[in-house]
Amino acid sequence: MSSDSVSNLMKGHMESLAKEGKRADGRGINEFRKVKIETGMINTAEGSAMVHLGKTKVLCGIKMLIGRPYGDSPKSGTMMTTTELAPLADQSFDPGPPREKSIELSRVVDRGIRESRMIDFESLCIEEGEKVWTVFIDLHILDNNGNLFDCCTLAAAAALSNTMIPNVQHGVSDKDVKLTVNCWPISCTFGKLGDSVILDPTSEEESVMTARFTVAHDENGNLRAAQKGMNGAFGNDEIKEAVKTARASDNVLREALKGIQG
Amino acid sequence: MAGQTDIELIKNGIRMDGRKPDELREVKIVAGVLDNADGSCYLEWGNNKVYAGVFGPMECHPRHKQKADRAIVQARYTMAPFSVNDRKRPGLDRRSSEISYIVSQAFEKVVMVEEFPKASIRVDMQVVEAHAGTRCAAMTAASVALADAGIPMRDMIPACASGKVNDVVVLDLNKEEDNYGQADLPLAIIPSTGEVVLLQLDGHLTPEEFELALELATNGCMDLYKKMRIALENSHGGKA
Repeated sequence: MSSDSVSNLMKGHMESLAKEGKRADGRGINEFRKVKIETGMINTAEGSAMVHLGKTKVLCGIKMLIGRPYGDSPKSGTMMTTTELAPLADQSFDPGPPREKSIELSRVVDRGIRESRMIDFESLCIEEGEKVWTVFIDLHILDNNGNLFDCCTLAAAAALSNTMIPNVQHGVSDKDVKLTVNCWPISCTFGKLGDSVILDPTSEEESVMTARFTVAHDENGNLRAAQKGMNGAFGNDEIKEAVKTARASDNVLREALKGIQG
Repeated sequence: MAGQTDIELIKNGIRMDGRKPDELREVKIVAGVLDNADGSCYLEWGNNKVYAGVFGPMECHPRHKQKADRAIVQARYTMAPFSVNDRKRPGLDRRSSEISYIVSQAFEKVVMVEEFPKASIRVDMQVVEAHAGTRCAAMTAASVALADAGIPMRDMIPACASGKVNDVVVLDLNKEEDNYGQADLPLAIIPSTGEVVLLQLDGHLTPEEFELALELATNGCMDLYKKMRIALENSHGGKA
């Protein structure tokens, strides 16, 4: 339901639970919800994945088209990430052009994938300075029950990992090949609830939390992207602690991602 | 509609995908697939894949669209960028806007809008994979989602297209038939009264062919209607 209407009573309840290390849905404060990944359901896409994170559902489709490289990187392919906050996912999502919320989400997911060098952009060069592949990562949010950041990053990574470059369709060569994936960025998002910091917030928790922090790591435990959001603040120690927690907690998502690779 | 073609879309009364002229593609309907929406539906029709979600009745925004004596239905049809072979630019284009508009009007005929003055019922249709016939698939899914949401309605409205390929009138065009066929006629009806709430046509039909196409599409709608009711029975129990 609409997340604007959580009462002060519930806010107080969630804050005091968090203080004791508990959550309204029975999870610990550093625990992800149940995650499920399916892949390859969209035949018109070069790669696709549906990720369920608790009741949040995101469908990601990858399209690849031939475009021109940027002038300063003539040998590199390009990528673009968009998110569609479909009105059917949440009563508060308005139909219409993308708003700040959706643009921030796209850009954080984009950075996680791009800066981790998950995709080897130089391998996407067809003709230097003239023709390169552009990877379009389009994320469709179908059910919003909180933490779209992590769910979208996971959906994008899962979809990219089963993407076939459409060489035949575009007359590049006579064989489609698998898109090479170099590394596995996983993002972890935290919320500040009262004086506590919780991992993987639900919609209900998002509506009462004051600040959000997302950090993406690669599989070697190095940081690749981060973003602090909302109008509250984190202490310096809280940020450090969250980064540590992310490294310790992202294994469940990594395992789920490994599970889909044949 | 490309009109005349050398491609043999139908041979000895059997179509390229093995169907007879009056046969629907396989349809799978599941009601209540989304958690947040008041009502929802996932529908596969051939290779088409569609989600529909309903919110409401709720306060109508923007306010100036409110009607003092009834609710309005705000339907929105969109195609995912990855739903077609060439990537579609995200957002509403003219085609999606037109479909959204005529679908809204069709639903205002069956939803008991007079029960909810000044309210809005939001119907969102997301096509995630498209292979011809998506407006009918989306509308059928939306009907099931409205029923799943418990919105008072006189009836559900199944939608189905017929058309013409290689001079033969056929039911439910697939992608090739849509691209290279001679006519396409999407139709939505109210099964209990037989009234037509949506009809479009492009292509070329003789008056006799038109009547036959109308009959075929009506039969297709009635077939679909049974499947819609079964989907609701499956998710809500009881006999629909």
